[in-house]
Amino acid sequence: MTTTSMPLAKALNAGLRRAMEDDPKVLLMGEDIGRLGGVFRITDGLLATFGEDRVLDTPLAESGIVGTAIGLALRGYRPVCEIQFDGFIWPGFDQITSQLAKLTNRLEGRQSFPVVIRVPYGGHIGSIEHHSESPETYFAHTPGLRVVTPSTPNDGYWMIQQAISSPDPVIFFEPKSRYWPKGEVDLDQPAVPLHASRVVRTGTDATLIGYGPMVSVLLAAAENAAAEGRSLEVVDLRSLSPVDWEPVVASVEKTGRAVVAHEAPGFLGMGAEIAAGITERAFYSLEAPVLRVTGYDVPYPPAKLEKLYLPDADRVLDAVDRALAY
Amino acid sequence: MASTDPVVRILSHDGALAPTPPAEPYVDRVAALDEQALLGLLTDMVRTRAVDVEAANLQRQGHLALWAPSYGQEAAQIGSGRATRPQDAIFPAYREHGVALVRGVDPLDLVRMMRGLTHSGWDPAEHGGFRQYTLVIGSQTLHATGYAMGAQFDKATATGDPERDEAVLVYFGDGATAQGDTNEALVFASSYNTPQVFFLQNNHWAISVPVERQSRTPLYRRAAGFGMPGVQVDGNDVLAVLAVTGALLDDARAGRGPALIEALTYRVGAHTTADDPTRYRTAEELATWTERDPILRLRRHLEGRGVGRELFEGVDAEAADLAADLRRRVLTLQDPPVSLMFAHVYQEAHPLVAAEQAWQAEYEASYGEQA
Ligand SMILES: Cc1ncc(C[n+]2csc(CCOP(=O)(O)OP(=O)(O)O)c2C)c(N)n1
Ligand SMILES: [Mg+2]
Repeated sequence: MTTTSMPLAKALNAGLRRAMEDDPKVLLMGEDIGRLGGVFRITDGLLATFGEDRVLDTPLAESGIVGTAIGLALRGYRPVCEIQFDGFIWPGFDQITSQLAKLTNRLEGRQSFPVVIRVPYGGHIGSIEHHSESPETYFAHTPGLRVVTPSTPNDGYWMIQQAISSPDPVIFFEPKSRYWPKGEVDLDQPAVPLHASRVVRTGTDATLIGYGPMVSVLLAAAENAAAEGRSLEVVDLRSLSPVDWEPVVASVEKTGRAVVAHEAPGFLGMGAEIAAGITERAFYSLEAPVLRVTGYDVPYPPAKLEKLYLPDADRVLDAVDRALAY
Repeated sequence: MASTDPVVRILSHDGALAPTPPAEPYVDRVAALDEQALLGLLTDMVRTRAVDVEAANLQRQGHLALWAPSYGQEAAQIGSGRATRPQDAIFPAYREHGVALVRGVDPLDLVRMMRGLTHSGWDPAEHGGFRQYTLVIGSQTLHATGYAMGAQFDKATATGDPERDEAVLVYFGDGATAQGDTNEALVFASSYNTPQVFFLQNNHWAISVPVERQSRTPLYRRAAGFGMPGVQVDGNDVLAVLAVTGALLDDARAGRGPALIEALTYRVGAHTTADDPTRYRTAEELATWTERDPILRLRRHLEGRGVGRELFEGVDAEAADLAADLRRRVLTLQDPPVSLMFAHVYQEAHPLVAAEQAWQAEYEASYGEQA
């Protein structure tokens, strides 16, 4: 096994490059992804290698990007669209939910729509409005879309390739707060399938469940708890639709307690689904209700308040305390 | 841009009074401006630039989250902003700092937003109808159109009294012309014959994407397809912008319907302070446009009319004071209270938000005890 150390941003770039080498039908489209290499440089250098027919600096229109990606898919292309920031996906929402998500079903399976929509998401970057949102629930709620989110460079490298080879539309959420920390990437083979959830730290007292930008927060919380003699298990969901329940349920059956965390507002968020799913599957193992630690049910606040809005290790451990108090 | 297009220009690049043929219908509107009035326009532009440069510096030094420079677009902004009447409503995008200043917005309020203290920062009702900045490209064009429709329904326009009749001015960029919202706004405006001017600042770039990617036809020509007049103006000529915008706003308030202005200008600065334009545009292009600097052009014109050095120095010194004052006040800004996050989600109480706010306060308090 050859591993290389690189940040998520570079791993995504390398994954896109490899997918484009492997399949000439893969093409990239989005605002500022060519000459600039994307505002986060995820597509840096790809225009130079693959040319303007495969790396498209599109006009400034998200509905246009997604809608034309659907048309390209009709001719056998595998478009990978970049949405510049989470908060700018909405002009494309109609094309994603009314068209992309439903076309396979409308055509009774006669045609595939292998479109990937990459979305940098989440906070911690101190930016202005619309640049720090977590809209994953809207998409996970929509039948016909697969929704995934890597939390590490290795997952970024492999999941983007797996998403591109999926015959279904995939909404691919990239945690922008995790773009720059480095991690080991195994260039030989993927560790797990696209839709697998995974235990990333073992423990016995409670299970922490999260995804994307929250995984590093949960790991930090577990580390702090260990110093106080408390053993927490951490599960990285990786896939939000479908959810891979088996590792989640096995963990909760072992620990008897679960805390689920995300940056998005709590009401009807992924945490609600996870809590319900665990309750349905592992009711007799639970010693406490499944607790949620989430962003508040308010619009993402001005940057100077984001630290108070975003769940941190302390808020996670506060929930663990409450779960253990039952 | 095809040189055959009939651009309205009144001041040539070297500052000489040399109206192009398409400028003929508009020249009268500015012919009477005396040196005092012209110095006023110069002052507006110099102040705008001073605030802009200071804000960009503050961002580089870590005091702001972001700043979108208006550098190079001062004539387009001051000319159009000064063409409005007090009763007009203005819907900006996010770079119209010059318009904000002439409508009485405190530069500190612009900066408070970009520092991440607030999502808007000023009350439009108290600032000459200058609405909040809108960051989602194109959205504000529809809001402006709806507002203009309301002015019609209210009979607040087209009564024959230009001192009272309202018009609406909306700003957007070359990139925004590709968005559905912008095109839908043009359709609604045309359909309802709204009292409205669409002011397109074609600064030639949408971040790294050149205007040619958004449109293969000069953008003012799109107006014809929507059924309204379209005028291309030299956006670095403050007199031309003032004259054309004033004329079309007055047409709008007189009931003659909407119009589109394409102001040709250039984003001399970076897209925002997070951007590195050397990755996508040439030094030669930049040099061509810095040579066409809008402030320099008006200054040359005034020099040609015999305005002395001391007057310019006075303008520069006053602008430098404004910038220094901005810096001083930015450094004293306090972070907002956490209650701001919960306070305005709804106008009426909402139990979930109330419960979360109460929980947050209790949590912070208990944390304080442990610490
Ligand atoms: C719907 C939407 N998509 C993408 C963005 C990201 N973005 C911010 S500014 C910008 C370019 C805008 O160009 P233009 O309309 O020409 O205005 P300028 O910045 O040149 O003033 C882009 C793509 C956004 N703000 N909103
Ligand atoms: Mg532009």
